[in-house]
Amino acid sequence: MNKTINQKAWYFVIPVFVLVAFNAAVPLMTVVNYSFQETFGNNVFTWEGTRWFKQILQSDRFHAALGRQAMFTSIILLIQIPLGIGIALTMPKKGWGVPVCLILMSMPLLIPWNVVGAMWNIFALPDIGFLGHTLNAIGFDYNFTQQPGDAWFTTILMDVWHWTSLVVLLSYAGLNSIQPAYYQAAEIDGASRWAIFRYIELPKMKKVLTLAILLRFMDSFMIYTEPFVLTGGGPGNTTAFLSIDLVKMALGQFDLGPAAAMSLIYFFIVLLLCWVFYSLMMRNEEKS
Amino acid sequence: MSLELKNVEKKAGLDTHIYPTSLKLEKNTINVLLGSTLAGKTTLMQIMAGLDKPTSGEIWFNGQNVTNMKVQKRNCSMVYQQFINYPNFTVFENIASPLKITGVSSAEVKQRVGKVAELLKLSAMLNKKPDELSGGQQQRTALARALVKDSDLILLDEPLANLDFKLREELREELPKLFENRDCIVVYATTEPSDALMIGGNTATLLKGKVIQYGKTLDVYSKPENLVSAKVFSDPPMNIAEIKKNGDICKLIDNNVQWKSSIKIKDGTYKIGIRPHNITTYKEGNNSIEINGKVLISELSGSESLIHFTNGNLNWVSLSNGIQQKNIGDETKLFMNVDEFLYFDQNNRLVNNG
Repeated sequence: MNKTINQKAWYFVIPVFVLVAFNAAVPLMTVVNYSFQETFGNNVFTWEGTRWFKQILQSDRFHAALGRQAMFTSIILLIQIPLGIGIALTMPKKGWGVPVCLILMSMPLLIPWNVVGAMWNIFALPDIGFLGHTLNAIGFDYNFTQQPGDAWFTTILMDVWHWTSLVVLLSYAGLNSIQPAYYQAAEIDGASRWAIFRYIELPKMKKVLTLAILLRFMDSFMIYTEPFVLTGGGPGNTTAFLSIDLVKMALGQFDLGPAAAMSLIYFFIVLLLCWVFYSLMMRNEEKS
Repeated sequence: MSLELKNVEKKAGLDTHIYPTSLKLEKNTINVLLGSTLAGKTTLMQIMAGLDKPTSGEIWFNGQNVTNMKVQKRNCSMVYQQFINYPNFTVFENIASPLKITGVSSAEVKQRVGKVAELLKLSAMLNKKPDELSGGQQQRTALARALVKDSDLILLDEPLANLDFKLREELREELPKLFENRDCIVVYATTEPSDALMIGGNTATLLKGKVIQYGKTLDVYSKPENLVSAKVFSDPPMNIAEIKKNGDICKLIDNNVQWKSSIKIKDGTYKIGIRPHNITTYKEGNNSIEINGKVLISELSGSESLIHFTNGNLNWVSLSNGIQQKNIGDETKLFMNVDEFLYFDQNNRLVNNG
């Protein structure tokens, strides 16, 4: 066979290449540049090697932020995934209820992130907010701006409210793709509701659930806007997750070198966890 | 043992899915429900199984009214057109699943699953998951699940429709053997007349929610009660033409083709139904007449040739053995086997019965 060789096809790749270079590679390289150097302005840089990386990796502040981040992500995954599946299972499969439920479920996803933060901030204010005021009125000592526990509670509640819908919609799509014959076959076998869920619905939802977990993991690990507007990372540093802490360091203290090193470490953690997660799931996929 | 539907009717809103139907299926029989898609085969099966309740009418099993009995209590099993197995169970666990729920001892489960697996040639695959199997093997697993339970009623809803040709042929040959010596009633739904003929037993022809005719498969095929039943049970489609009978001469109204017939019916106009394989490019039987036609399409399958042609205002289909090469537009001469004609009166009822 004679293959025609035509290298002109590369020209088609150039626009994409330029675009990606400008929106990803160049900014990233700037961060890399900062992370190895020290600057005092006037475009004067001095080489620092891996000093900033060592400093960040050994700092208690980074460890604490990473711990808070891991805690937050674990909690919201543990709540949102089962809750999302549960809601999807109870949603109607036909009739007028379907569009109503779908629209209701999509609502929180359509609200801009900073609006969600502002909404919940006002909603939870202990003196005038509906949630805060009610909680205090029925005897809870609730104040999310001063008590760390309350701040965590409110942040988690806000994230659950904002993002459980995503898990619901994905699970619902997975459930709807199961052919009715499966349910009939199980009914003929005399399988219990739990058995139907465990042996038919869950395995059939596996792919969309994998996607849901991956998306929710990444999003929550990189969360910034909502807690920034709601608590600003406070009280103290108690809700300062990685990205909030990073911005404080970069823009608040103007420690550009350490902040750049921290961004890169942050980026590699996310990348690494996604890779581990993805390959674990793909391995399961091959096995079954 | 028998399953009896008494005036069963199924409506959904303004649509009638099953018109009032009465049908009695006997023990140790295979019953084919034959009809095109949307004829009501699946609905009827779901009513038989108890997965769906009839709008009116009753279902009796063994002399007991089971209309309101839940499906779990009815001891029936069903195989679907899609290959329905539990996705993360092995073949063994899949086959064993109906037994485990009823609480059979594990030794007996092992023995019974082993036996059924051997019957369905699955012994080597017991530890595999359904995804790792071919379509044919997946459907064999589903069949094994239906058989392992010793059900009173086994429902097969177009079980071969999603298989490719070779696997379909293979499994179709095995099916009747699988149900031999089993104390149960088998119901088999299909759109293909050839399936019904190969499986034998009894056949019910269905059209648009009505059971047209029920009886021994060969009887329904060779003596359809009416034109509708004949049409349902004919593939390729039956040729239908109007004729005029005058004394012992019958003549196609559309043209000059005429023949002598000893059939004892009054003079007048009738319809005749001629199955495609009774119109051939060569003489067959002692009593054949010629018909001229212009070839529309000719399809060769190797062992058979399907020739569509026009004569007068009608389109005809003929089916001959071997390769009969014809070109589109050719004027050709074919032969019709007069002895095999089916005569229907103006109400579409068969008149040359017996």
